[in-house]
Amino acid sequence: MSEPFLFVIGATHHSAPLEVRERLALTSEDDLRADLAPHGAIRELAVLNTCNRVEFYGVGTDESAAALVQAAYCARQKFDPAEFERIRLRLTGRAAALHLFEVASGIDSQLLGENEIFGQVKDAYAAAQAAGSTGAVLNRVFQKAFQAAKHVRTHTAISAGTVSIANVAVELAADIFGSLADAKVLILGTGEIGNLTAKAFASRGAADLAVAGRRPEVASEIAGGLGAGTVPFAERESRLADYDVVVCSTAAPATILSGAAVAAAMRRRPARPLLLIDLAVPRDVDAAAAKLENVFLYNLDDLAGIAERNRTARAAEVDRCRALLAERADVLWSHLRRQAAGDRDDRPGPATAPGHAAS
Amino acid sequence: MFADLTDRQWLWCAAAFYSAGVVLGTAGLVRVRRPSGVLVSGAIFAGYLCQWIGLGLRGHATGGCPLGNRFEIVQFTAWSAITLYLLVGVTFRSSLLGYLTSGLGAVLTLVSLSIPAWDAVLRTHIFGGNPWIELHAALAIFSYGVFGLLALTSTLFLFRHFSLKSKQLDGWFSLLPSILDLDHIEVRLLATGTALLTLALAFGSVYWSRDTATVGHAKLAATIAVWVLALLALALRALGRLLAKRFAWACLALFAGALLSLQAVDSSRHPSSVTAATPAGK
Repeated sequence: MSEPFLFVIGATHHSAPLEVRERLALTSEDDLRADLAPHGAIRELAVLNTCNRVEFYGVGTDESAAALVQAAYCARQKFDPAEFERIRLRLTGRAAALHLFEVASGIDSQLLGENEIFGQVKDAYAAAQAAGSTGAVLNRVFQKAFQAAKHVRTHTAISAGTVSIANVAVELAADIFGSLADAKVLILGTGEIGNLTAKAFASRGAADLAVAGRRPEVASEIAGGLGAGTVPFAERESRLADYDVVVCSTAAPATILSGAAVAAAMRRRPARPLLLIDLAVPRDVDAAAAKLENVFLYNLDDLAGIAERNRTARAAEVDRCRALLAERADVLWSHLRRQAAGDRDDRPGPATAPGHAAS
Repeated sequence: MFADLTDRQWLWCAAAFYSAGVVLGTAGLVRVRRPSGVLVSGAIFAGYLCQWIGLGLRGHATGGCPLGNRFEIVQFTAWSAITLYLLVGVTFRSSLLGYLTSGLGAVLTLVSLSIPAWDAVLRTHIFGGNPWIELHAALAIFSYGVFGLLALTSTLFLFRHFSLKSKQLDGWFSLLPSILDLDHIEVRLLATGTALLTLALAFGSVYWSRDTATVGHAKLAATIAVWVLALLALALRALGRLLAKRFAWACLALFAGALLSLQAVDSSRHPSSVTAATPAGK
């Protein structure tokens, strides 16, 4: 039986902690490709280099190809080969293809079901194509990986919901206002979580942001970083009606938004909903505000609960995703084996098929 | 083969397609937690074509817009709601609205087909050849269809409101459009329905003022009550007195009132227009 020697070798967040991954981060793919160029044993190569993984997908003439990549990589990174042996991921054949399918689908990610990895895999493939280091096998494996990832994301709930507090807050706002382009957002407090949430709003297109804090100079600094305006902290209640979303994360010992102030604001804007996101402990917003018509109040526990439910829902989908991906990996691998056998039979004399490996 | 089908058989086909939309949508919700927009829309469109042919045949047989008995009125209401959905529903970008629209179409068509008494009497030429009266009737029932779509949107609004207040955002609640979008759609649909009904009543009033005896008191009272209710809801919404959840409930009450008023509309038919007792097959 003839089959291409497809392999993946690398290290991921599963076995390598952050401080190790920092040392493993590849700074120049081109240099590594140059190091490997003289070795004819490597026919195809693509490098996936993200903050959570460094992986080399290759096709070689035999098993020595994977060892060559590992040696060149450790040498370039000045990483102890013995240490790399302990943490490395090394898969061949169908298992390597299945691994790429799982990576592209987000089920091997640290943040289960995240979408960013799909783009990173696409970028890795594009870079390999640009470098001229892909061929018939890797082209097919990557294309099938993209199709499989899209299928899994469409037909399962692996990417459903969001799993970070800041993004849950943004999703909540989208559930209320739809597009965030017209939503006015006020950030009360200059703490880290408020800042992260403000960045999440900005990244989702919220153009009208303002920051208010007890220390105006800190509020101005944060606002400057976000391209936002500032509001005097003392005017937070009187100007409440001007905003659609208010994110509170101050360290105040008591509430900074009273129920009466929220009710007064709603009298001035009865038809437009108001989302209050209270990330502070102790809480910043009077809980009585939640009872008002068109007011939606969420505190830190509420958001954490939603994020956790989303995480659990995603985890429950992993087995179904794996089964779907395994079916597709089987089909792909059968095709590659048939193709390699066909290539060999077509040759006039005894020869080794391209990408052939010991099986 | 299709040429031999009667109007009611075409309308049964429409009911079957609308029901298929409900089944396909439910299967999608169970399997992948969202109804398939393409499949449901396809079923709605197929049902709509069948209903169009069925109502067309009926209209040809009765010599005018098929609004001669309660069966025809309910069928026309369903057809109107689905017409509006097909015209503007896609802009709502909600597969759930399509799913509920197919549900509304299935319920209205199946109920009307299942009650033979509603179609026991076939009335022909009920508009006496007067196109303005026909336009009045068609616009009035079309506005009821708009109120039907408004009721569906209001139902979605109430579900979204419940999910946000109770902090249950996962599962199929995640498929709902934003609460502000739903609110805007509600207002637009109410304004459209009210404008159409106003226009219908304006046409009707010209005819009525010439001969007040031609319109029964019950029909007059019921139709004006629905119109006043719609105007009131719109005015209170504009004044900020009827908002959010209460506005959605008012829209549901409006559609319920519109459906109830059909009894009065149907019972006020002029006896002279009755021409035949129909076996329910034609």
